[in-house]
Amino acid sequence: MVATAVQTVPAPHTPEPRWRPLENEGWLALVLLLPTLVLLGLFIAYPFVRGILLSVSSSRVGVPGEWVGFANFTRLLSDPIFYMVVRNTVWYTFITTIFKLALGLWLALLLNRNFRFKAFTRAFILLPFIIPTVLSTFAWKWMFDPTFSVLNWFIMKMCQWKVSFFGLFGIEPATSCVVQAQFNWLGDADLAMWAIIIVNIWRGVPFFAISLLAGLQTISPDLAEAAAIDGAKPLQRFWYITWPLLLPVTMVVVLFSVIQTFADFQIVYVMTGGGPANATHLFATYAYQMGVGTGLLSQGAAISLAMFPILFGIVIVQLLYIRRVETR
Amino acid sequence: MIEGAIWRKWVYFYLPLALFLLFLLFPFYWMVITTFRPDNELYIAWRRPNYAPFWTWNPTLDHIKFLFRETAFLTWLWNTMFIALCSTVISLFCGVLAGYALSRLNFPFAGSLGTMIFVTYLVPQTLLFIPLSDIIRNYRLGDTPWSLILTYPTFLIPFCTWLMMGFFKSIPKELEECARIDGASRLKAMFYIILPVAVPGILSAGIFAFTLSWNEFIYALVFLSSPEQKTVPVGVVSELIRGDVFFWGALMAGALLGSIPVAIAYSFFVEHYVSGLTGSVKG
Repeated sequence: MVATAVQTVPAPHTPEPRWRPLENEGWLALVLLLPTLVLLGLFIAYPFVRGILLSVSSSRVGVPGEWVGFANFTRLLSDPIFYMVVRNTVWYTFITTIFKLALGLWLALLLNRNFRFKAFTRAFILLPFIIPTVLSTFAWKWMFDPTFSVLNWFIMKMCQWKVSFFGLFGIEPATSCVVQAQFNWLGDADLAMWAIIIVNIWRGVPFFAISLLAGLQTISPDLAEAAAIDGAKPLQRFWYITWPLLLPVTMVVVLFSVIQTFADFQIVYVMTGGGPANATHLFATYAYQMGVGTGLLSQGAAISLAMFPILFGIVIVQLLYIRRVETR
Repeated sequence: MIEGAIWRKWVYFYLPLALFLLFLLFPFYWMVITTFRPDNELYIAWRRPNYAPFWTWNPTLDHIKFLFRETAFLTWLWNTMFIALCSTVISLFCGVLAGYALSRLNFPFAGSLGTMIFVTYLVPQTLLFIPLSDIIRNYRLGDTPWSLILTYPTFLIPFCTWLMMGFFKSIPKELEECARIDGASRLKAMFYIILPVAVPGILSAGIFAFTLSWNEFIYALVFLSSPEQKTVPVGVVSELIRGDVFFWGALMAGALLGSIPVAIAYSFFVEHYVSGLTGSVKG
């Protein structure tokens, strides 16, 4: 045994100079980035090119089309529904963003205080953002049902309380409360738009609130305290200290939200499907109806792509803004 | 803080907070109560005097039973889970590697590649779903889970990469350099030194990616057609509505049960989720 042990002493190992490409930063980066680039190339860049090609041809489902130039786009320009779609989308994005920002900021300021069950409250507040949008939108659709709406019931109850209050002074209402509360939420063009706006605000407020709260927590309370000692009122402290410091976060959150809202699909698809009489169509739902519902692939692709210039503009603004903040 | 009398605190703080909570959580309460309410109570018009919306004395499991017996709900749950897990794993793998490369290595075009990935992060699914459906059909992936497992990473990878870049940047370079001086190769230093430190970031990215893919709707709606391939959101939309008839009880039961897995996942990782959410915005 001793003899064998002596014999197996290893010869001193001399490492051969190996070619080790992964020690070169450039090669290593290429290897690490390869899976990402392949997937994004196959399923983002290629579809994008394909989308442009589709939009200048006359394809339908199962029928490869031929080159038609900008016919799909010029047809959109003479399509009254398309104008309605543009107006709806802009209005929807504008009004929901205003409300989401205002309510989200308010909620963030409330949550920025210390109170019992704070962590708990914060966790629950995010639920509308976590739960699959389609599923929670169904809850809203059920709440907006014209025959069984709990909202109409609530409005009727409020009205009845009001009537019985005024009844004490001998004032009689002109119409009955049942009539006053008779809202056909999803059947009326204007009301349907508002219903969709409400659901979008409901879904978006938590995102705004939590992101802005994170921004608020980076602002040192000393600043507000110093201002308070100098005699600044709460509103002044907010306007001259908190708001300017929060502006970078606010900008990014708003731009993110604008992109998502502009390209929204799920809420409208579930709530109204674009109806009544196309009154609530957005770009995405109209593109879906054309491209998938009716099978006019090219027309649908053209409608989708019509979003692109606007989205592109927003992205440019965002990139410029981020660059400015970073170099400052 | 709010100074002054106690009523000011109630008016300016507790009341608004309570109203916010009511607004944000009421739909979920409505979902739950509808799930357990028998049909004969469910379909009472709001103007009838016996409309009692907020409670039921005759809770029933009929809607849930209907869901499991008459529809492929369990299959949908399983499909959604499988697709969400696979696409999360793929995206984490790609995103962590790409995030490491973009934040820690010097190579030509690093900056412009980073910007490109950020831009794809902002591409909404609704921009590309029509050409993608065409491509999926050509690859013969239509109506299979792979159509979603391969396409979901397109919106998950940019997000994971972006988040991980921010995270890697916060880890000091010296940590890695020590390992390199001790003779570790670049890959070894990355796997044994940097990745373990980055676990919280990976968890954040993972939980966020999981909820995003559980949430996804339009790709699943367009790419899948047979009932046994569908995910929960698509299955609920297409199988629980027959023409004009809405099975409201079963719909709400489906919505509730379809939300529970993602809510549980979220409740375990609230802090990670929040840091993922805020990190995804700040970068």
